[in-house]
Amino acid sequence: MNWKTVAFACSVVLLATACKSTSGTDGQGTTGTGGSGGYGQYAPDALTNPNSPLSKRNVYFDFDSSAIRNEFRPLIQDHSNFLKAMPNRSVQIQGNTDSRGSREYNLGLGQRRAESVRQSMQLLGVNDSQMEAISFGKERPRATGNTEADHAQNRRSDLVYDGESGRQ
Amino acid sequence: MHRKLTQYWAAFCSVLLLAFWLPVAAAQTSGLTIDVELDADSDQYPLSIQPFTAENGGLSSPITPTVKSDLTVSGAFRFVDASTAKAVATGSVESLSGGQYRVRFALKDQSQRMLTSGEFVIRPQQSRDTAHTIADMIYRALTGFPGIFNSKIAYVRRAGREYLLQIADVDGGRPQTLLRSREPIISPAWSPDGKKLAYVSFETEKPVVWVQDLSTGQRRMLANFKGSNSAPAWSPDGSQLAVTLTTSGNSQIYLLPANGGSPKRITSSQAIDTEPTWSPDGNSIIFVSDRTGGPQIYRVSAGGGNVQRLTYQGGYNVSPKVSPDGKSFTYIRREGGRFRVMLQDFTSGYARPLSESSYNERPSFAPNGQVVLYASDRGGKSVLYAATTSGGARARIGVVDGEIQDPAWGPVNQ
Repeated sequence: MNWKTVAFACSVVLLATACKSTSGTDGQGTTGTGGSGGYGQYAPDALTNPNSPLSKRNVYFDFDSSAIRNEFRPLIQDHSNFLKAMPNRSVQIQGNTDSRGSREYNLGLGQRRAESVRQSMQLLGVNDSQMEAISFGKERPRATGNTEADHAQNRRSDLVYDGESGRQ
Repeated sequence: MHRKLTQYWAAFCSVLLLAFWLPVAAAQTSGLTIDVELDADSDQYPLSIQPFTAENGGLSSPITPTVKSDLTVSGAFRFVDASTAKAVATGSVESLSGGQYRVRFALKDQSQRMLTSGEFVIRPQQSRDTAHTIADMIYRALTGFPGIFNSKIAYVRRAGREYLLQIADVDGGRPQTLLRSREPIISPAWSPDGKKLAYVSFETEKPVVWVQDLSTGQRRMLANFKGSNSAPAWSPDGSQLAVTLTTSGNSQIYLLPANGGSPKRITSSQAIDTEPTWSPDGNSIIFVSDRTGGPQIYRVSAGGGNVQRLTYQGGYNVSPKVSPDGKSFTYIRREGGRFRVMLQDFTSGYARPLSESSYNERPSFAPNGQVVLYASDRGGKSVLYAATTSGGARARIGVVDGEIQDPAWGPVNQ
């Protein structure tokens, strides 16, 4: 192996990397021309790259509601597509509520919000074995103030994939 | 000596202020403080507890401060000078050979008639238990109700980024940490024999019900089904627990054998059904359901079946607990965005408040049904309150640093 071969190999790798970091906005998740095995159409950093739609993990809800707002349907579609393409990946859907009321009843409300997202994904074809809906109720608020904006931050379902740490 | 004088001076000052709606410092016990708040027209029994002679000698803790803290929590007494008291307690501590002590006390009324008395031969480290027994005897002699001071309370303490599941004496003394976690712990529930505590921990990144043996510290997961597991409630005979599971997709109530096993579903709705609690005869489960829109309180037979609605006032009624005599239940009602502890009679359906409207949660009865313990963050910091079911008095149990929440009053020590 001489330096010319090495230089050529490096260029190929650099080119491939440059192509891989292009993010698509076609609602099908990040697509790349490179990618090592196991990710198919998805780049290895598809879940975490800030340019990737799959890095968006939060669905927000109105007060006293677990209905999915239209603005979050593309996000749910993106994650559903990913899970259908990656049958060895799983997701925990974590429901949260704002800070007012009984802890246990709020666990139920958070569960309803998580279940709402889970059901939407199941209807889009995701296998139930790849999903678990759980609730933190009001126990892990992201915003600790008492304004309406804080409460709105906490009325939320988060998508956490296998191998990731809890807080999204 | 100076510290003792300061404590008694504070106690006398607090007596003067008790007529007004003011929280006052009374006793300070290892980490937890007790204040008492009284309604202006409340009718506490005027009692005097004289310091026992020689009680600051070799005992692990002096007797009378613990007796006074206990009786403060009961809400039934105000402490006054011996000359104006309706009953006066006096006592003595005598050192015996072999390192033991003899504790004597007597409670007499204004005519010097003996109301109750006792004599105990104890080791120094038994002084706190002895104080609780003396408080029980005084309480029973003057109210007719069984004492509640040889029992424990469980609660969750938050300090910094940590959650600590603790149990302590009723006056806050001798706090012991059962579990320490960086993730939330909620819903501690005592087994009827007082030997185990069930609770919900988020340490595995989801809510799971655990049961921990208090004498060995050993614990096991009772419910770790797919989804959320929460709201444990022991049956009166200790053989099973009601829990809330989400395996059907929504929160529903199931029964699980205390030693683990297959859950048996007892509610069937599309709603959130949760916060089960048992009637003392073991035949009914009282629970919360939002099947009509907002959460209300219902009763179902422990075998499952027809459901009877119990609360009709207000749109949000949660966190029920049945009284030890089975005739009433306490719960939290939301009114105008704030939360109030209520007491409702099963037969008449009549409900009255036990607290003011604030951020109150999780009421539970003392074993004699005369006091309700709950958490409140009035003033921005979460503390415990003990309110008399007859109304009129509330004792506030707080911590110097951190917050305490999610209390549960345990059974009398067996």
